[in-house]
Amino acid sequence: MLIFEQSSKGRVAHAQSPATKASLDDLPADMLRETPPLMPEVSEMQAVRHYTRLSQKNFSIDTHFYPLGSCTMKYNPRACNSLSMLPGLVDRHPYAPDSHSQGFLSCMHDLQEILKEVTGMKAVSLSPMAGAQGEFAGVAMIKAYHESRGDMARNEIIVPDAAHGTNPASAVMCGYKIQEIPTRDDGDIDVDALKEVLGPQTAGIMLTNPSTVGVFERRIQEIAALVHEAGGLLYYDGANLNAILGKVRPGDMGFDVIHMNLHKTFSTPHGGGGPGAGPVGVSERLEPFLPIPMIDYDGTNYRFITADDRPQSIGRLSAFAGNAGILLRAYIYARLLGRQGMTRVAEYSTLNANYMLKKMKAAGFEAAYPDRRATHEFIITLRKEAKDLGVNAMDFAKRLLDYGVHAPTTYFPLLVPECFLIEPTETESIDALDNFVEAMIKIREEAETGADRVKGAPYTLPVRRLDDVKAARELDIAWKPAE
Amino acid sequence: MPFIPHTEEEVRQMLDAIGANSIEDLFDEIPADLRSFSLDKIPEGLPEMEVAHLMHERARKDSNVHCFIGAGAYDHHIPSAVWEIATRGEFYSAYTPYQAEASQGTLQLLYEYQSMMSALMDMDVSNASLYDGASALGEAILMAIRAHRKSKSKKILVPKSLHPAYRQAANAIVKNQDIELIEIPFESATGKTSLAALSEYAGTDITALVIGQPNFFGVLEDVDGLTRWAEENNTMTIAVVNPLAMSVLKPPGQWGDNGADIACGEGQPLGIPLSSGGPYFGFMCATQKIVRQMPGRIIGRTVDLDGKPGFSLTLQAREQHIRRSKATSNICTNQGLMVTAATIHMSLLGAEGLARAAAGSHDKHRKLVSGLSAIEGVEVKFDSPVFNEAVISLPVDNATVLEALAADNVLAGFDLKKDYPELGNALLVCATEKHSAASIDLFIEKLGALLAS
Repeated sequence: MLIFEQSSKGRVAHAQSPATKASLDDLPADMLRETPPLMPEVSEMQAVRHYTRLSQKNFSIDTHFYPLGSCTMKYNPRACNSLSMLPGLVDRHPYAPDSHSQGFLSCMHDLQEILKEVTGMKAVSLSPMAGAQGEFAGVAMIKAYHESRGDMARNEIIVPDAAHGTNPASAVMCGYKIQEIPTRDDGDIDVDALKEVLGPQTAGIMLTNPSTVGVFERRIQEIAALVHEAGGLLYYDGANLNAILGKVRPGDMGFDVIHMNLHKTFSTPHGGGGPGAGPVGVSERLEPFLPIPMIDYDGTNYRFITADDRPQSIGRLSAFAGNAGILLRAYIYARLLGRQGMTRVAEYSTLNANYMLKKMKAAGFEAAYPDRRATHEFIITLRKEAKDLGVNAMDFAKRLLDYGVHAPTTYFPLLVPECFLIEPTETESIDALDNFVEAMIKIREEAETGADRVKGAPYTLPVRRLDDVKAARELDIAWKPAE
Repeated sequence: MPFIPHTEEEVRQMLDAIGANSIEDLFDEIPADLRSFSLDKIPEGLPEMEVAHLMHERARKDSNVHCFIGAGAYDHHIPSAVWEIATRGEFYSAYTPYQAEASQGTLQLLYEYQSMMSALMDMDVSNASLYDGASALGEAILMAIRAHRKSKSKKILVPKSLHPAYRQAANAIVKNQDIELIEIPFESATGKTSLAALSEYAGTDITALVIGQPNFFGVLEDVDGLTRWAEENNTMTIAVVNPLAMSVLKPPGQWGDNGADIACGEGQPLGIPLSSGGPYFGFMCATQKIVRQMPGRIIGRTVDLDGKPGFSLTLQAREQHIRRSKATSNICTNQGLMVTAATIHMSLLGAEGLARAAAGSHDKHRKLVSGLSAIEGVEVKFDSPVFNEAVISLPVDNATVLEALAADNVLAGFDLKKDYPELGNALLVCATEKHSAASIDLFIEKLGALLAS
């Protein structure tokens, strides 16, 4: 039942607003609202009960194993939330003067320094509010760099066919054309194909490494040299930074600009779809173009770096300083982990993924890249099951929900048929990994005795499979009372 | 090992299963010459207790201020229940509801949010959020260009009375797509967007007109007049509004003869703490006619295999994970948790509670401005109705005043001199229903004493 359907006309949660409505007699009548908006009219307890019960209809990291590939669904330490919401931090106004912001600014500055060190980049701006905005900022910096040199003919960004959809979408927002290159059967980029498309029109290339197919791009140094020789720059999509944190750095690989997804690698909450945080790091030549604001420290005081300091900046991407409260959570996480803890993130997420891959292979599931090491994630293809048993990746995914496991990422990357992209993360125990493999084996056994049981799943959730065609055709996206 | 459950024995068992001697072996595909660097600048890890000490100490440094800055971020009362529930692990640690059956909580909540936001703006449809108010304006401009098929100019009229940071961010977001943002001045006496200046563009191809309500100065714009101008000139309208204010002011869907085409803005006044400027959330509403040009996630109500009502992501063919380079936007992760809080907040307050909060906030603002303007030399700058916020002019250098009052922990407002030097020594001041009478009196008394000295 919707919250609107629990309304009683005239019911008000009295403790939550002033007892009476103050006069607005200084405002002209024709500027005022004549009829109130159609909002719920419920008591405080009704609202609390309704949203508590809604929450119980979700799978989440706190309740379920959530091996959603490319999303790094690891434990979000509670301390990061409670300490970021301390008075002084949670009620600091974004325009409070630097003199009354030294606590906040020092956290932001320290986070900038930590991110620089762990990625091997020259400078970092924390301001982009999610990965996609970080990508936008990165490509906009590449564009500003070429333009600052009068190099106006570069109008193409190269993107591998396995890339996240945000990569081409971000490049197009910056006015670029997309040049797609293929991935080889072993999971590496086809370097010969890259050579063919590189030229004076190349502005840059966007890569994820480890790539979206769950393997490390072994020829990265050669790729970097080729792109740089052609006059292009290299963009690093940090979606998979968890796999290499403290083990190898994008800056050392030759990348000129990177974004980091702090809601993945630095364990800030995914919140049912955000907020994220997508700081960008750059090599020396892109530093003047970083988005504002940033934080400067002169040894005594911290202060905001603004457009006055950085006339070549691509500008600001938010009204204030990005998702500051999320950046605080990431900072707290970084302090809890420390240097060694960060390196362990890569080590144990990689250990978990390789263990799971081995167990899945041993159970007869097909790895998409059987001769490669898994990174922090790996792909299996269920094409054999789809063909022989009539049960596809989506059917397995839905049935997994009945076994109390959130499904891995399905049907991405697009080039592997019937695929699962599985990312267990370092915070899961061996038992959770074993349970997943056992559930997959059981589902396959169910399918062997008849596909219908699996194809009808899930059975134990608040709803069964939903009619997405009806949702799009008979669009109902805002509640209206029955006439 | 913080947050890693493995015992030594389990690690050995796992390595044996893999057939590796050590964890280090698992990184053998990474070129060896990339593996030597130092992380010395990263401090050693600390237990939670010590990190808590550190954070308490830093938070204390920024505490105990009397803040009269608004300028796009407002300190309103937030019921305790809002964040108690929003930070339940089931909301806090879930992700984008790709598996609808396992995400009905988030999905239904977002559908309710879309319904409430549509109602508050009196618009047909809402998306499930964008990043913040400023970036939402950038997305709204891009949407208007896609939606207004007959307009070829890609020219957008943007009032100078709109938040400077919004204008800067929108420009940064759209400037690589050959879009021209044209600044429209405000009347110096009223602070309202100048209809006379607008008339220069009558009859020319303009894709959209942006209208702020209230504008950055707190001034109420002639929204009907501006919207009608746009309607007559075949120009789309993009409303940028304070959502809490819309509980008492005429909402975008009712402006002019046909209402605004797109409404967007900063959702922060609906239950989101100041938190240094984020995370907040951008909202966006539109008419049904152009829903397919909308960026961001949209949730639809449908039925399951048994005919039972349920909710899922819909119109996904607009989005980057399907359409890639042809998507309406690159946005993926949005501000879900903030929308969760805002939805609970709006449910707890209802239309009546929101209107009382808005009116109560405005009332405190009136008390503040009447006290400040009684001080000799202090004047209210514009001769116009304002909501919740106003520009005052000072008889002396405003930076000196701000610094002197800050020394007494009074943050006296937003300094307008940098963005609007033509306004002289002007401050944008704001009070909300949360300000105590004592706090307001303190500001008035301190400013009076300073100017008298």
